[in-house]
Amino acid sequence: MRKCSLDTINHVFAEIAAGSALYLPADGTDGKAVYTRWQEGVEWSRALNTVRSPKDFFFPQTENLMEFKTSGKNIEIIDTRDEGEDFVIFGVRACDVKSFDILDRVFLKEPIDSYYASKREHGIIISVACSRPSETCFCKTFGINPAEPAGDISVWQSENELFWQANTEKGEAVLNRLTSVTEEADDSAVVAEKEKIGKIMDKLPLAGLKTDAFGAGKTMDLFESPYWDSLSEACLGCGTCTFVCPTCQCYDIKDFDTGSGVVRFRCWDSCMYSDFTRMSAGQPRLTQRERFRQRFMHKLVYYPENNDGMFSCVGCGRCLAKCPISMNIVKVMKTIGGKEHE
Amino acid sequence: MNNREETLIPKLGVITDIRIDTPDIKTFRVVTPDGVKPFTHRPGQCAMLSVPGVGEAMFSITSSPTNEEYMEFSIKKCGCVTEWLHQAEPGQQITIRGPYGKPFPVDDEFAGKNLLFIAGGVGLAPLRSVINYCRHYRDRYGKIDIVYGSRSKDDLLDYKEIIDEWANDNDVNVHLTIDREQDGWDGHVGFVPNYVKELGFDTDKTAILCGPPIMIKFTLEGLYALGFEKEQIYTTLEMRMKCGVGKCGRCNVGSKYICKDGPVFRFDELDELPDEY
Repeated sequence: MRKCSLDTINHVFAEIAAGSALYLPADGTDGKAVYTRWQEGVEWSRALNTVRSPKDFFFPQTENLMEFKTSGKNIEIIDTRDEGEDFVIFGVRACDVKSFDILDRVFLKEPIDSYYASKREHGIIISVACSRPSETCFCKTFGINPAEPAGDISVWQSENELFWQANTEKGEAVLNRLTSVTEEADDSAVVAEKEKIGKIMDKLPLAGLKTDAFGAGKTMDLFESPYWDSLSEACLGCGTCTFVCPTCQCYDIKDFDTGSGVVRFRCWDSCMYSDFTRMSAGQPRLTQRERFRQRFMHKLVYYPENNDGMFSCVGCGRCLAKCPISMNIVKVMKTIGGKEHE
Repeated sequence: MNNREETLIPKLGVITDIRIDTPDIKTFRVVTPDGVKPFTHRPGQCAMLSVPGVGEAMFSITSSPTNEEYMEFSIKKCGCVTEWLHQAEPGQQITIRGPYGKPFPVDDEFAGKNLLFIAGGVGLAPLRSVINYCRHYRDRYGKIDIVYGSRSKDDLLDYKEIIDEWANDNDVNVHLTIDREQDGWDGHVGFVPNYVKELGFDTDKTAILCGPPIMIKFTLEGLYALGFEKEQIYTTLEMRMKCGVGKCGRCNVGSKYICKDGPVFRFDELDELPDEY
């Protein structure tokens, strides 16, 4: 294990950034944390987490897939994929690190999505344990421990120091470049920090949220629940929950005419939108009730059914903070799962 | 340059022939620019066709896998991509990728069985691939009955092929019907579900259905009344699709993705899925 002082953290960032692009949460002009490319002058945010999840690094909000040139009746297909370059993301929380596993099970399943796979191979993740989990956090419900974040390197923060531990070969390689700006450390401060985080987690208001009522095999039990009507009644269908969600992975593919050719790109889409499933032959999800139900059934039942019981929620709490009508997955779980699951 | 395989990147296809089937359905013959079939497929599988700048959409492959020269798609004019294709002329290049989806179990569950195909309108398109496959390997199957109906005589897809080829097979029974009386039509008149009931098939058959939801609903009721079990009835579902490989997230019914776990389902399998298709 290596350590550095919090005062010299920018020296460490400079050392990492000398090797490959480094991104970390930094406070924007509106005071909200966003992943920002580090350079001299950029300060690591003290916010618990970023407004948007880091899924953009591997599954960007919009991404060009290929190009076409047309002349008369002929078409030329141009493969615009590039080899990509290594990059480091620092400051990823345990919940968001777990979200990459959930996305992997979609994009890296055969046939492998080469766009995602390439970025995933080039990305090096440095996670940071959550010293101050907040009242919207419920990662523990999904088996995530914010004191033990995964990633290529895990970092713990004590009052004045940061402790670094490599978990993978990729992480080892980065840490080996940091010998001049870090020093050898024992893990006593980390053990104390983990204990402190554990105590906070037990006291959080959502600490007792249970998943018992959900998971593989529950489709027919839950699909016709009478509660979907009241839960979805005020949903605006704005899609904010899906955009801030680190595990929402639905996408659209569209063509854009540049004037000199056509770019085929993909962009995030949302099951909360009415045109998501609309086709010329009809619309299988007619009202917001069906779309709302789809989103939560997918996270809590369909995804686990296809992925060995793994839920497609990491309890990051972004949807709790951002939904304009204060609806969220916690309310859905409490209502559909029954009050005993609070 | 990224050298990985990527299913979203299509191949080039060329439309070499366009047959006008009905007032709103045309059948497009597609090969690669080298003049060969774009890829091999199984009966019931689909392909993504696209017109760059207009869009990409999933279509069932109507030609049989036993056709080794080209692929055919029967396409009804009903949206942006299909309208554009209907205006295209032979020689037009398009893009194609696939095959996608789970095919009909022609070599296992269908083998040795009597087959009853029931189609309505453009619903014949996916079944034509199966029908011609079974006609090609005729001795592998028992009796073949085909019930096909459309709004009018002019709306019957593949009419020439049905009359000149299928109806001339010794051991294939073709039963055509149209919705309303029409000059020059001396065949059956009436809706498909009623015609199936009138014909009153024995239950020693495997039934394969494709057509508008309302036809499926009433035909199923009729088949159940005749004594058919869910385990002997198959259909193919349709949902909006973008990727074709179970990743874009929109074609699911419950935990099943129609693009990869379907489009072919047996009715007892559908019983285990929510009614959202």
